[in-house]
Amino acid sequence: MLQNLDLTPFILSFKLAGITTLILFLLSLPLAWYLAQTKSKVKPFIEAITALPIVLPPSVLGFYILMVFAEVDLNFTFTGLVIASCFYSLPFMVQPLQGGFESLNKNMIEASYLAGKSQIVTLFRVALPNIKPALLTALIITFAHTVGEFGVILMIGGSIPDETKVASIAIYEMVEIMDYSAAHIYSAIMLLISFVVLFSVYFFNHTQKRIGGIK
Amino acid sequence: MLNIDISKELCGADGKMSLNIACSIKRGEFVAISGKSGSGKTTLLRILAGLEEAKGSIEFANETWLDNKKALSPQKRNIGFVFQDYALFENMTVEENLLFVKNDKKLAQYLLEVTELFTLKHRLPNTLSGGQKQRVALCRAMMNRPKLLFLDEPLSALDPSIRLKLQDKILELHKEFGTTTIMVSHDPSEIYRLASRVLVLEEGKIVDDGTTKEIMMQDSNTLKGELLALNTENIATVLVGQQLIEVALSKEELGELKLGDLISLATHKTL
Repeated sequence: MLQNLDLTPFILSFKLAGITTLILFLLSLPLAWYLAQTKSKVKPFIEAITALPIVLPPSVLGFYILMVFAEVDLNFTFTGLVIASCFYSLPFMVQPLQGGFESLNKNMIEASYLAGKSQIVTLFRVALPNIKPALLTALIITFAHTVGEFGVILMIGGSIPDETKVASIAIYEMVEIMDYSAAHIYSAIMLLISFVVLFSVYFFNHTQKRIGGIK
Repeated sequence: MLNIDISKELCGADGKMSLNIACSIKRGEFVAISGKSGSGKTTLLRILAGLEEAKGSIEFANETWLDNKKALSPQKRNIGFVFQDYALFENMTVEENLLFVKNDKKLAQYLLEVTELFTLKHRLPNTLSGGQKQRVALCRAMMNRPKLLFLDEPLSALDPSIRLKLQDKILELHKEFGTTTIMVSHDPSEIYRLASRVLVLEEGKIVDDGTTKEIMMQDSNTLKGELLALNTENIATVLVGQQLIEVALSKEELGELKLGDLISLATHKTL
């Protein structure tokens, strides 16, 4: 039974999550840094847009993406899934990073400016190293959230093997054809991986708080 | 020479307040800015450092830092700044904190030796005591060899015995590096030991400006205080409340008095 298990949906899920996390990290870093520093009036506006995917039903997000993708021929492709996932998981990357940056001692950032360092040097050498727990949370939660994505993918990805048939979709199909034993195995694997991932984040953040001492 | 003529609208504790400061500070001076909290002391320092916007002009050593056209960024002002909460880079060791400012190992080693931190150079800031952090912050501020050094209540969080020692270090570095130093403080003994000039701020304006003695020796009527200094002619300088009193002491009165002792002064009516 286990030998016949098709692992491609899992590999596809992790590939999708990995690429999405990487792209989102690069995009969100400047955005989160900007949001944490700005006093501009557009801040709440940008924050609201960023948070939309949390409250919108995936079907709404999926519907709009479907409409746009129809124009550019991206529906039912892996690239389309990556782009859609970037929208879907955006808040899970931006919010922890922004929170981390906001919790930093403002004087520490200013001390770096007064030492003659630019924003970019300050971001990479002072800000990021001091928000490691928030950074890890952002990366892992974005990854995990993308792995757990279902609604949006169902709408724009369909279920093309090796292209858009990720683990969550595979499980859905197994249930539909009443292949419960396969669904059990797939679901158990997802459950286990998700738990391990979340546990390691919380464990790391828990120990980080107590760590000090000589470097 | 630092020429300041600035104004800024602030939201103070009692509603709106405007900060209006005009003064000149000579090269090499050690100036204390004193005044109640909310009088605009820290804001003034932050404006001078370029961390906050303001209207008006700031000139330092023939260089324009602020006028109605532009404001020089804090990166380009080459200022040493010691924050009240030290604001050390938590991810870097003591030595790395210094070298981050400028990769000058010799200077870093020298500063760490002067401030007796050399053995702690591989420690992270969160393992240091308040006094040690303060010294690291001071060293870090000196790494650029700044011409201007700003201290924002640098010793307010430390206990008195450590303060005395650190005051000496501050003075030592101020003299050795030939910096012009501006310190925000409301601790009279600290101002007396360090500063040569005092600016007193109230509601965003300078209400008093003079040498430390002039400002602090104004009329007094309180009679219990701390012995701050004794000169060779047995003249004791005593801190009473917020003010200083000088008293001539006889040899008997002098007894075993030490600096820092609490003493009472009694006045006699002589007819």
